[in-house]
Amino acid sequence: MQVVDRRLNPKSKSLGNRQRFLRRAKAEIREAIKDSLKSRKVSEAEGSEKVTIRSKSLREPSFSLGRNTGSRDYVLPGNEEYKVGDEIPKPQGGGGGRGSQGVNDGEGQDEFTFTLTKEEFLDLFFDDLKLPNLVKVKLKDLKAPKVARAGFTMDGSPARLNHARTMRKSLGRRIALRRPSQAEIDQLMAELAAAEAETPVDDAKVTALRAKLEHKQRLRRGIAYIDPIDLQYNRFERVPKPTTQAVMFCLMDASASMTEPLKDLAKRFFMLLHVFLSRYYREVHIVFIRHTSTAAEVDEETFFRSTDTGGTVISSALDEMLKVVRDRYSPSDWNIYAAQASDGDNFHDDMPRCLELLDEEILPVCQYFAYIETAHGERFNDTVETPVWHGYTEVAQRRRNFAMRRVASPEDIFPVFHDLFSANGVTA
Amino acid sequence: MSVTTATKKLPKRKGPVRPLFDGSEWSFDLIRKAYDAMGEIALGELGLDIYPNQIEVITAEQMLDAYSSIGMPLMYRHWSFGKRFAHDEAYYKRGMRTLAYELVINSDPCISYVMEENSMTMQALVLAHAAYGHNHFFKNNYQFQMWTQPDHIIDYLSFAKNYVAECEERYGHDTVEGVLDAAHALMNQGVSRDLRPRPRNIAKLEREKAARRRAHEEATYDDIYRTLPEITRETTVEASQAQGEQRRLGLPEENLLYFLEKNAPKLDDWQRELLRIVRLLSQYFYPQRQTKMMNEGCATFVHYEILNRMYERGMLTDGTMLEFLHSHSSVIFQPAFNDRRFSGINPYALGFAMMNDIKRMCTEPTDEDREWFPGIAGNGDPLATLREAWAHYRDESFVLQFLSPKLIRDLRLFAVADEAKDPAMRVASIHDEQGYRDLRRRLSRHYDVAAQDPDLQITDADLSGSRRLVITHHVRNGILLDKVEAERTLQYLAKLWGYRVKLVETENNGGRVLKEHEALPMP
Repeated sequence: MQVVDRRLNPKSKSLGNRQRFLRRAKAEIREAIKDSLKSRKVSEAEGSEKVTIRSKSLREPSFSLGRNTGSRDYVLPGNEEYKVGDEIPKPQGGGGGRGSQGVNDGEGQDEFTFTLTKEEFLDLFFDDLKLPNLVKVKLKDLKAPKVARAGFTMDGSPARLNHARTMRKSLGRRIALRRPSQAEIDQLMAELAAAEAETPVDDAKVTALRAKLEHKQRLRRGIAYIDPIDLQYNRFERVPKPTTQAVMFCLMDASASMTEPLKDLAKRFFMLLHVFLSRYYREVHIVFIRHTSTAAEVDEETFFRSTDTGGTVISSALDEMLKVVRDRYSPSDWNIYAAQASDGDNFHDDMPRCLELLDEEILPVCQYFAYIETAHGERFNDTVETPVWHGYTEVAQRRRNFAMRRVASPEDIFPVFHDLFSANGVTA
Repeated sequence: MSVTTATKKLPKRKGPVRPLFDGSEWSFDLIRKAYDAMGEIALGELGLDIYPNQIEVITAEQMLDAYSSIGMPLMYRHWSFGKRFAHDEAYYKRGMRTLAYELVINSDPCISYVMEENSMTMQALVLAHAAYGHNHFFKNNYQFQMWTQPDHIIDYLSFAKNYVAECEERYGHDTVEGVLDAAHALMNQGVSRDLRPRPRNIAKLEREKAARRRAHEEATYDDIYRTLPEITRETTVEASQAQGEQRRLGLPEENLLYFLEKNAPKLDDWQRELLRIVRLLSQYFYPQRQTKMMNEGCATFVHYEILNRMYERGMLTDGTMLEFLHSHSSVIFQPAFNDRRFSGINPYALGFAMMNDIKRMCTEPTDEDREWFPGIAGNGDPLATLREAWAHYRDESFVLQFLSPKLIRDLRLFAVADEAKDPAMRVASIHDEQGYRDLRRRLSRHYDVAAQDPDLQITDADLSGSRRLVITHHVRNGILLDKVEAERTLQYLAKLWGYRVKLVETENNGGRVLKEHEALPMP
């Protein structure tokens, strides 16, 4: 008998199967995720996701006997009062072991629930989305090179000599060239000494041993223990290190006209953006700026919870954002993203100033600026142009890193988001 | 309410108490010690004959892994295994299902997986159950001897895994997946139920037969017969040609996968090989399906015997024994039909009860036993009788041979007849003098896998003309195939065959046609 401890074997042996399974059910899983997003709390944004799918593509049919034809019998344990000939009414729906009648329209509602890990969830969730404006990011990369291992080379400084590899090559070469080992020579010498000590001395044997020893020693001298061709040095290369930090500005109108549902819409959008950016950058800072007629940087709680009274001056928020950028987030070190949510109201006189700020100062330093206009269902109508929408349309046409969309209900968030970041380029 | 007859009473000690282990922590050393102590009882006293054992300790996650690949240590990759894993995992994590304590593979050496979470008592139970009980059954039962090659299975699985991976690389995931999906759908029809020689080289046989006939004609040539008028044979020639074609293809053929592998016109070689892999796996598992109840019964009986004898000899503490008895009685728990927990007859319960009953009949027979089982009643050697039964029976024949009236009464079995068109079911027989034989016959039929699976056969394949394939379902007791499932499966079949496929459901013995389905391969 043999006892083997398999507990330390590599985990997730069935990972390959799981990948195949997810690939198979991809379309349905994404549908399910979208559905679940509608009812989801913002704070659960990054958790793992329980998904229930109606598995059309996961069916495994086989020839099986139908339930509602023919005659059959059952043998059951635990009889108490039945006598031969007694009649038992058929159970409605599922009856233990006696064959469920009725539920057999064939279109089996084979629902299937399982849990996706966070990574799988995000992969599927953001499947065909990409960061916009990647060119700029790449240019930035060059600024922060990093030294990384890059294989081995034949020459280099002694400090970088890789002993293990060098000795491995040396050993291989010595074996290939049949370099005699010290042990062999020692043994020959011992044999020789023994032969010489013998009486009478067997001359032929001694001569042969001597010649052999001579030959081996010559080989040993001729074939170096470590040859220059054995030497292996660690090689390092400077690779551009991606800038792995981003800052995300959330701008929101906090005036009374932004009702709770409208804020919730905005919040969902910000949440998605945050999760999305987290996938690409190691560090994502968020700056919340809310504004009425004046703007201020606030914490998340205040940002989403409290309302203020007052008018609406968007340029105040843009000013504030620029101030924060100047103070803390130099565009040369940070990837800057901004998302603005508003119900589309603004003081009419403020629009020219907004556009000017956007055009000349904000958009040049931003990777991407998204404007989301939230609207009540009844107001959601493309023919009604709010002042902001009207003003921004022109910018959107000119600038590639500016996009705007309208959102009326939670279901719209994902499609809009998807639309903004779809892999085939940003269009606005 | 339950009809289990187990007791949780401690057996009597027969020696001084010198326990092998105490407490719940297990170690590799203790496992070895327990294994050796059990070996003396199992091989020496019970007379078991086993493959060498390999015990592997695994974690819960690895157990789930093993579950998803139908219990095999190696398996090719397919999404359905991922689905099963996700499903089991979800249930396990919600605490709706506990994992098995062990998993055993019919291989040589016999591999048993045991969970690291088990207590030492459970490890001992598992060793006795799997490493001795199942192992003996695998090695000695005729079904396994006839159909499986335990020393090859691991190598074959490793081949299958690599082959599928290679195919995926060469022909793409989707194409390979398509073939495997279709093959899996037909897996239950990938079994040859009886061994029979397949006509290997019919063309050669025909040639030889023709030559013999010619030789005979020449030897017995008589010119006078030339003057007789010739018999016109036009119609019969055609019929016999068709017959010859049928014979050449080996029709009718019950093993759908085998037939497709050999004869499907459009498949590439690698696709045939994939069908072969699925077919051989299906065949490998067929004995397990046929002997599930006996196999579990045998393992349960063996672990019960071994642990009891160990306790009697003072090798186990009272605590260990009570823990064991608790697990044992939950394994063989049989709820009554009207219990919420009822989900059919528990194979562990029935198997163990029948084997215990055989033991009883051998040693303390009643008059009834002498009348019903004159061959074994009072023969005084229960273990030899059981070993004989384990070797030469499968579930169906085992029930038919050994289910005693006493056990029928103990379990209070009764049979219910169910006509689909009637609003009520009728009690057909109960545990009384008139019912014993009927109940036994009915129950044994439930364990006959061939009678439970639909009887499907390929009856016609036109290889020269329309290339249509005809499959006949010989309907038993008027039970038709599930329509939706059948049509979906037929679609897969059409995909493999490459042309039109027809499924005819006829009354048994070639009676009238009840239903027809057809499928064309999707372009």
